[in-house]
Amino acid sequence: MASQQDRAALIALVGNPNSGKTSLFNALTGSNQKVGNYPGVTVERVTGKMRLGDSYASVVDVPGLYSMRPVSVDEEVATEVISGTAAEGEPDVLVCVVDASNLERNLFFFSQTLGAQAPTVVALTMTDVLKSEGRAVDDRKLSELLGVEVVPVVSHKGIGLDDLRSAITRAIDEHRLPEVDMGFPAIVREPVFELHEQLARAGIDVTKSAVREALLDENAALNHRLANLPEFVTAFSDRRAAILGNAATGKTLDAQARYAWAGRVRKEVMNEPGVSSRRASDRIDDFLTHRVFGLIVFAAVMYLMFQSIYTLARPLMDLIASGFDWLKGAVSPLLNGHPVAQSLVVDGVVTGIGTVVTFLPQIVILFFFISVLEGSGYLSRVAFLMDRLFGWAGLNGRAFIPFLSSFACAVPGIMAARVMPDHRSRLATILVAPLMSCSARLPVYILLIGAFVEPKFGPVVAGLSLFLMHFVGLFFAVPILWLLNKSLLKGKRLPFVLELPRYQWPRLKDVALTMVSRAKVFMKTAGTIIFILSIVIWALLYFPRSQAADARYQVDYTHATQIQASGVTLDKYVDGRRMADSYLGRFGRAIEPAFKPAGFDWRLTTAILAAFPAREVVVSAMGIIFDLGGDMESGSSDLKQAVARATWPDGRPLMTIWTAISLMVFFALCSQCMATLATIKRETGTWKWAAFSFTYMTLLAYMTSIIVFQVGTRLTG
Amino acid sequence: MLRGKVPDGIAEGKVGFNCLCLGQTCRVVCVDPSGGVSCRLMEMGLTPGTEFTVTKVAPFGDPIEIDVRGARICLRRVEAKEISVEKVS
Repeated sequence: MASQQDRAALIALVGNPNSGKTSLFNALTGSNQKVGNYPGVTVERVTGKMRLGDSYASVVDVPGLYSMRPVSVDEEVATEVISGTAAEGEPDVLVCVVDASNLERNLFFFSQTLGAQAPTVVALTMTDVLKSEGRAVDDRKLSELLGVEVVPVVSHKGIGLDDLRSAITRAIDEHRLPEVDMGFPAIVREPVFELHEQLARAGIDVTKSAVREALLDENAALNHRLANLPEFVTAFSDRRAAILGNAATGKTLDAQARYAWAGRVRKEVMNEPGVSSRRASDRIDDFLTHRVFGLIVFAAVMYLMFQSIYTLARPLMDLIASGFDWLKGAVSPLLNGHPVAQSLVVDGVVTGIGTVVTFLPQIVILFFFISVLEGSGYLSRVAFLMDRLFGWAGLNGRAFIPFLSSFACAVPGIMAARVMPDHRSRLATILVAPLMSCSARLPVYILLIGAFVEPKFGPVVAGLSLFLMHFVGLFFAVPILWLLNKSLLKGKRLPFVLELPRYQWPRLKDVALTMVSRAKVFMKTAGTIIFILSIVIWALLYFPRSQAADARYQVDYTHATQIQASGVTLDKYVDGRRMADSYLGRFGRAIEPAFKPAGFDWRLTTAILAAFPAREVVVSAMGIIFDLGGDMESGSSDLKQAVARATWPDGRPLMTIWTAISLMVFFALCSQCMATLATIKRETGTWKWAAFSFTYMTLLAYMTSIIVFQVGTRLTG
Repeated sequence: MLRGKVPDGIAEGKVGFNCLCLGQTCRVVCVDPSGGVSCRLMEMGLTPGTEFTVTKVAPFGDPIEIDVRGARICLRRVEAKEISVEKVS
């Protein structure tokens, strides 16, 4: 139990959600933060370093909790950190964040943390909010009643931080364990007394509070310590059964006794003259959750967010893209004479890094909005307003944000799934979000609709079909969510109990730290995977390459008078042949029979495979394989004509209207996007879910496009 | 939309969450703690004897927001069915 001298002190920052815990964490650690995952789950693990006297201590920002009795994976992980059963070991000190404006409920949680048997300091937040409402807390009195130091803090102004640091140091040095008599009835008090005596006789020195928590909660820290002492295991469990077995009070006794105590403490420490006036926050809320205006404001906020990701990020992404194009142009001549190295650096390395960096503007902009919405308290209102839309699927209204963001790009969309309160709904959101029609699908739609729908049916139908394509994924998302809930993600429904906190001004520092940490997390983990996959795809498209083969292509070109007549240059012809004979092209040929029922020949199949780095690459891949070169715009009439002219070996036209629709449907549903898969891996902490996502989406795309092609072709003869 | 019928099995004077309307002040009479939601609601302060007020009803009739011990909590009517309450005002 004693703090180990050979490592930095471990401080666990604990408290209710919305108690100001994360702001305090940001104030204490600044940019000294690390974001990771707890092993195997989507639960985020945020740690940081803070100055403590002459040295540094590590701080864990434990996910917010209402209770030490977990009902979800997230809560389980959090309680394990507090009880000291998690990988990082026992915390040397608990800093329990107590929201003064919600004193009773926060004290309820504090009372349960006594089971952790760790020196504790209370950081009292929201005293400024209280003051603005004409109320005040006597923190000295509170400290007396709780038996721990109580330090009022106002994180964004830096008030109380130094006091908190010295209180933490004292708590570690003195190692005084908190003891609070909460006035539990005799049915609890007596067994606690007996067990405490019994433990003392066995030489186990613990507080009465720790005994009480271990008696009431089988997962309390002390129970883990006593796990290999059978006499105590049975002593505790027998007495626990006796308490819970009491029909009259059994299951409600615990919460009732704690709240009764918290109510008494509140009466003693809180100075509340009269009934507090209607809070300013309520007046804002009357408007923002109004059944008419509330929905209008919500639609406007979401529109603004989506438009910003879509349009504000676009010029930045173009700028990054042209920056990398310039870099390619600058690097390429340096490697003249070394074709493999040149292509590796230009088409592999630089393109790969470019792909990763291009995602940053969207991520940063989206997380700007998310942290403003979260920090202001509006995110909870989104959940409140939109609950009906998502409740049936085991999600809540917050799912609106990841789903909406996914229409711009699935990568930030998946990252936004962290707004979901629990592991299971987060996973469901992550798995379904990539079905939303992202902007990378647009060039494919534009190319195919422009080439096949518009000439035949006119611009109105073309516009309508472009619009409809955006709903294909959404159409499938609904039954898939339902299926996921019935199968893989089956389990006890989590209680939907959500707090609607007071509105607050989002703090610039918190917003900035969120944006930076999201960008860092993406670059480091997902970015690395995307980069490696880019190199792999490059290699599959480049090799095998030989001068002998190139010479053969050149000879073939001189014989292919028809191809020459259609304006194809030698370079473009050779590029096309190289792609066709690359490993990826060979693979495309090999699996052509599988894609034939969907109307795709090996060229379309290869273009689809080559688009794995990013969907929009399919346009330039089609450009190369149809001998037009890779610098294709989706609106290019050359490509439209070339694609429209292409035929099967027997002379039938390759592309009919149904092939085009089948190809679009395939792209709407497939998982040809390594960035999405890399992000799923990063967010879920395992390749398992990335593999699952890839498999189900590919199968869905494959089967749907076959059905579309077969049924369509037959209907129209 | 806001007033459902009183479900069977709830004694006179007590009502379920599904028949509460905006502005109503109530007292928690009893909680069936076997349900996951009611456990969490007790942990959030909705213990027997506690008074609360319905402060908001979402645009689609569900969920509702209540004021309990000075905090605003939002919950689904259907999920809070293990809690029976009596009207105070």
